[in-house]
Amino acid sequence: MQPLLTVNNLSKYYGDLKACDRISFTLYPGQVLGIIGESGSGKSTLLDSIAGHVPFENGIVEYCDRDNNPIDLRTLPEPRRRKLMKTEWGFVRQNPRDGLRMTVTAGANIGERLLDVGERHYGNIRTEALEWLSEVEIPHGRIDDFPSTFSGGMQQRLQLARILVTRPRIVLMDEPTGGLDVSVQARLLDLMRSLVRTLHLSVILVTHDIGVVRLLAHRLMVMQNGQVVESGLTDQVLDDPHHPYTQQLVNATLIP
Amino acid sequence: MTSSSPGSPGSPAPPPIPEPGFNFAYLDEQTKRAIRRAILKGVAIPGHQIPFSSREMPMSYGWGTGGIQVTASVIGQDDTLKVIDQGADDTTNAVNIRRFFKKVCGVATTEKTEEATLIQTRHRIPEKPLKAGQVFVYQVPMPEPLYFIEPSRTEANKMHALEEYGPMYVKLYEDITKFGRISLAYDYPVMVNGRHLMNPSPIPRFDNPKMDMNPALQLFGAGREKRIYAIPPYTQVKSLDFEDHPFSVENWEHPCEFCGATDSYLDEVVIDDQGGRMWICSDTDYCEQRQREQSGSAQKLG
Amino acid sequence: MPYVAVKGGEQAIRNAEALLKAKRRGDADVPELSLEQIKQQMQLAVNRVMAEGSLYDPDLAALAIKQSWGDLVEAAFLLRAYRTTLPRLYYSEPLDTSEMAIQRRISAIFKEAPGGQKLGPTFDYIHRLLDFKLAAEDNTFPAPISEEYDTAEATPRVAHMLEQEGLVMPPSNGAQGNGSQTESGMVGTAHPTGDGQRSGVEPFDITRQSLNTPTNRDARLQNLARGDEGFLLSMAYSTQRGYGKNHPFAGEIRVGEVEVSIFPEELGFEIAIADITVTEVQMVNQFKGNKEIPPQFTQGYGLTFGYNERKAMAMALVDRALQAKDLGESLDGPAQDEEFVLYHSDNIEAQGFVQHLKLPHYIDFQAELNLIRKLRSDYEHNNSQPEASEKSKKERSTAAKEATS
Repeated sequence: MQPLLTVNNLSKYYGDLKACDRISFTLYPGQVLGIIGESGSGKSTLLDSIAGHVPFENGIVEYCDRDNNPIDLRTLPEPRRRKLMKTEWGFVRQNPRDGLRMTVTAGANIGERLLDVGERHYGNIRTEALEWLSEVEIPHGRIDDFPSTFSGGMQQRLQLARILVTRPRIVLMDEPTGGLDVSVQARLLDLMRSLVRTLHLSVILVTHDIGVVRLLAHRLMVMQNGQVVESGLTDQVLDDPHHPYTQQLVNATLIP
Repeated sequence: MTSSSPGSPGSPAPPPIPEPGFNFAYLDEQTKRAIRRAILKGVAIPGHQIPFSSREMPMSYGWGTGGIQVTASVIGQDDTLKVIDQGADDTTNAVNIRRFFKKVCGVATTEKTEEATLIQTRHRIPEKPLKAGQVFVYQVPMPEPLYFIEPSRTEANKMHALEEYGPMYVKLYEDITKFGRISLAYDYPVMVNGRHLMNPSPIPRFDNPKMDMNPALQLFGAGREKRIYAIPPYTQVKSLDFEDHPFSVENWEHPCEFCGATDSYLDEVVIDDQGGRMWICSDTDYCEQRQREQSGSAQKLG
Repeated sequence: MPYVAVKGGEQAIRNAEALLKAKRRGDADVPELSLEQIKQQMQLAVNRVMAEGSLYDPDLAALAIKQSWGDLVEAAFLLRAYRTTLPRLYYSEPLDTSEMAIQRRISAIFKEAPGGQKLGPTFDYIHRLLDFKLAAEDNTFPAPISEEYDTAEATPRVAHMLEQEGLVMPPSNGAQGNGSQTESGMVGTAHPTGDGQRSGVEPFDITRQSLNTPTNRDARLQNLARGDEGFLLSMAYSTQRGYGKNHPFAGEIRVGEVEVSIFPEELGFEIAIADITVTEVQMVNQFKGNKEIPPQFTQGYGLTFGYNERKAMAMALVDRALQAKDLGESLDGPAQDEEFVLYHSDNIEAQGFVQHLKLPHYIDFQAELNLIRKLRSDYEHNNSQPEASEKSKKERSTAAKEATS
């Protein structure tokens, strides 16, 4: 099988600080890759570099698009990159304020990507919006409400609906469960797990929460000071951690 | 066409003598050339805003200086100029701009749409269709259609460059959701030549369809915001809408009180303080020509 | 015609102008102001009008003040409109303000600045008490005899001393924006040094090129130099109150005459064309440094036509605030927002757009009126039916469809 995304020797510096130091990995269709590490380990910078939100100094990020063409994301012209990010990619942020338009209705939040790609039928947009509200377990009656009136868990689910509407192939998530109550987290994780399976999504999931990766990620990368210190199948890494840092992370986590 | 006696308001005024001490059309030739270059760029990329170094004119910014500079840089000795504001030739602002060009150019002026070679307007497109060869200049207060979605001009420029007009449609979606219709009454945004989102200046949406495939050259000048843009003759201009909520224009329950027209944009005039209203054509030239025709045929009948 | 809508004609405009002229003249028994009186006795008004009118001509500025009935923004507008008709024949050589014939010069950061402090004519330490004696006419006020000032001697710049120690960042033009892309494709990196030296690149010209953001310091400074004094004052004040703090010190303020010269290619040598009075301010501001730049002082620069200290100081503060993006500082005040400041600083533009609301808008208003009536009838139609909101919404959208098709 051909990899969906290949990251080769990606390096990102802030002055003398190596935020990401020669990171390499591959992501296959339908796979969920967890990236774990404490804050400052470079995991969020890695995600932002891959998505093109910040420029990086060295390395290659190659994506295989829907038509099976390899695309060098670093040299991809801005218009095409932005288009790709709105169609085949999706980004879920920790803070819903960064991922949603808080001053327009939930329906418009979901409809925006469709409007971006040229859908011009109001009725169709509403139908799609309602469908995706069901998918993410938000009552239909909330379609004309502002996201600012939603609970934290609902806002995150709306973020999912907002990007999934264009059927992306790859979704990047930055601490999607951060700041949510445990019970709310569990519901969101369940939903994410079933969406990944039914929609055959590939996901890169950045978190500091071992419980989240244990539940969702097939593969796991552990980052410390900008470097990958350990990687492998999630169960393997968590059950038999080799690197002292990973051992420390695993031991520090209470397993429920 | 009705012929009118000389001196009547409809007939072309004889070219007055321009006031000495000014260059023809006020601006120096170098400046006019620079503005014409911007206009040519605008014609080459229909609907795309071209920055130009707008000059201070003897009228205030916001009072038509963009249109005035465009007119000044394309006007020639042989032109016949018509100036309208709110559709009327005799509103103070229209009179004032016409008087300015009489003073600094000494060109012939007219109130008849069909006689003019150059028409400057604020807020209306005449009811009588424009012809090939005519130049139609709009005064534009705010050239940027995205300004209420994206106040940063740097960011808005990027959205135009990348043709990212989704957020504009989000606004229209919200309108329909909230009001059941698109709640834009004037300065209703259009797509020009299938590529650039454009503000048509604050004309009522009633006038939007007149821009589409128009045989005249349409030029837009925004003096304060320092932008020029254009719609070349026979260019497609489409008002934004949804397939299931198509663009529509307003209509009135009343005909024009003076000329009986049912196809023109009407001004609502308050006639007393008991709430009395009457509706009359906003295009004074159209209305007067119709009235003259009617009295002519009435006389013939009589 | 049974009814005539309110429409003005040429006669009405002519009458308005005549009335304005009569009112402006006031009581005919009071002697008319002469331009010389305005030029001599209202110098600061003349200076402000020249600065905001962007034209150094005290005679025309005095005429504009007289013509504008004392309205200084209107007077600046008159000068600008006149300026439009003038061709640009030459660009002057950069001013050398260290060669200034100094009337006033102060530094708030060194007690003894080389070249000395010189208070000059200033309101600073004057008790603001109404001087009722001034109400009488025929006043004479002899100037005090002060020590001789050697105009031939150059006065070194205070900031220069810090520069020699490497403690202040040399003035720079900031990051490259598209603003300095001239029509000839030239990229400007010009910045003020005040030392009469050319920086090697042609500066941006906001009177001949269209300002685009992001832009560079040369364009920003030109915009501020003719910006509205009140606007700059408020912007500068806001930085002092915490909206984009930049910890300023008044490094140096100098007022005096400088020589303007041009270099006509066809002559091959420089010729002086005028002496003009300018106010120059260099602010020295704290900067904590970042990953690339060690901590040091930075500079804000202000220069205006005439004696116009309040504005020059405000300009220097705003100039420094606008360097935030180049220095990688966080942008948390409006004075640091380039688009906000540059697009709202010009009072000729602002007064026009604010006042254009007086023009007839009855076409747009009619359009808005029609829309509101339609929305109201939709609203009343929906609210007269007690069904569930979801159902009425559906009906509403069908009703809308019918109405629009």
